[in-house]
Amino acid sequence: MMNNAVEIDGLRVVRGGRTVIPGLSVRVPAGQVVGLLGPSGSGKSTLIRAVVGVQVVAAGSVRVLGEPAGSPTLRHRIGYVTQSPSVYDDLTVRANVRYFASILGAPRTSVDEAIAAVDLGSHADSPVGRLSGGQRSRASLACALVGDPELLVLDEPTVGLDPVLRRDLWDLFGRLAAQGRSLLVSSHVMDEAARCDRLLLLREGEVLADATLPDLLQRTGATDAEGAFLALIDRAEEAAR
Amino acid sequence: MNVHRTVVTAARVLAQLRADHRTIALMLVVPCVLIGLLAWIFQDTPVFDALGAPLLGVFPFVVMFIVTSVATLRERTSGTLERLLTTPMGKGDFMLGYALAFGVMAVLQALVATGFAVWVCGLDVAGPVWQLVVVAVLDALLGSALGLLASGFARTEFQAVQFMPAFVLPQFLLCGLLVARDRLPDVLHVVSDVLPLSYAVDAMKVVTTSASPGQDVTADATVIVGWVVASLVLGSLTLRRRTA
Ligand SMILES: Nc1ncnc2c1ncn2[C@@H]1O[C@H](COP(=O)(O)OP(=O)(O)OP(=O)(O)O)[C@@H](O)[C@H]1O
Ligand SMILES: [Mg+2]
Repeated sequence: MMNNAVEIDGLRVVRGGRTVIPGLSVRVPAGQVVGLLGPSGSGKSTLIRAVVGVQVVAAGSVRVLGEPAGSPTLRHRIGYVTQSPSVYDDLTVRANVRYFASILGAPRTSVDEAIAAVDLGSHADSPVGRLSGGQRSRASLACALVGDPELLVLDEPTVGLDPVLRRDLWDLFGRLAAQGRSLLVSSHVMDEAARCDRLLLLREGEVLADATLPDLLQRTGATDAEGAFLALIDRAEEAAR
Repeated sequence: MNVHRTVVTAARVLAQLRADHRTIALMLVVPCVLIGLLAWIFQDTPVFDALGAPLLGVFPFVVMFIVTSVATLRERTSGTLERLLTTPMGKGDFMLGYALAFGVMAVLQALVATGFAVWVCGLDVAGPVWQLVVVAVLDALLGSALGLLASGFARTEFQAVQFMPAFVLPQFLLCGLLVARDRLPDVLHVVSDVLPLSYAVDAMKVVTTSASPGQDVTADATVIVGWVVASLVLGSLTLRRRTA
């Protein structure tokens, strides 16, 4: 059993001429749900892209499940959900999930399971383009779940979902972690921090905090994740001045 | 390279097309309408017999070029390509999957358009009609393969649509329809010797004018197939797993 699902050392990423991540080192422990939080533009999606191996990196090493990010051998083992749903609008939910299942060599039965896991059973035969925003992002999530990957990398999977659905999805993430899967989940919604085993707080491409929620609350004296988050950002901004 | 992933990708692309009735109708009907129009414009003259067959090669080529380049560009901009390339999907599987799907459409289109030209518009064909169909399929495939390649250089759908005139119209001017290729200025003649549409049009001309066109058609067809393969290989090189 590996201790870390992801090990990043000295990662530097330049996008469009701007240094988005100047030099980042971090560990994502295996078998946990790790929340990736940070203001808009702080580099969450960029970090996630580096982990799944689709981001050109300027320097540093990113190791995933013991191998360099982007290795061919990892392609069966990682599930990736992009920030904007990447599914085929003109195909039904089931056709989308079935397509990803056949590429991943997943059994046919896993298709309906993945659809049920995101609670889209009643819309399985609707074209994705005719679904609501939240339903589309769940269809996108189902396409990642269907391969039963060891590591799930999810970029804001709960955006636009109601509280009940968000709770159900976080329950699902917790169950997957309990089965030994690792999850790296970015989010904007602060109360979701409470559902993570561990939190990574990014600001301008740097790690502001890498701790559990209770640790963070203690360190900042805040009563909730949002308070702790604001306190840390304010402190960093103070220090930068 | 993986046959299974190629085939499921082709099936997926076809399923997407099937959901889009209007595009299918356009792919099948537009070449027929253009050919019908041509026959009507030149009724009672020998022009249709001279131009009909070459244009039977050109129209499917253009239609497939546009449809394919927009379809693959959509895949790039929607994020599905980025996602697919994090899965075991190979770049070659992806390209071949698209080529296979549009190859199926090309066969359908060629059968419909050739049938229409020969039996409805009365196009005179000296050689065997099946060879006309085969060449039309190859021309449509060539359009697809070049469309796949061109979409690699387009960032937006506007650009992809602009590539149509940029890639296709120069070939159209030089392919021997307006001025016979051997009467072109030397430099342009050499250029037209390289461009694939010239061979597409040559092959069509040969089948309609010669009673036993076998050898000449085979030579032209070989060049077209070479271009198809080269475009697919180059196209898969433009797919990047990592992007900035
Ligand atoms: N395709 C791109 N080309 C150039 N720069 C980019 C690109 N995408 C993002 N950036 C830049 O990289 C920085 C980090 O962006 P990133 O998408 O990683 O932020 P994020 O934390 O995911 O934001 P959000 O919460 O809004 O999704 C931003 O400053 C952005 O301008
Ligand atoms: Mg983002």
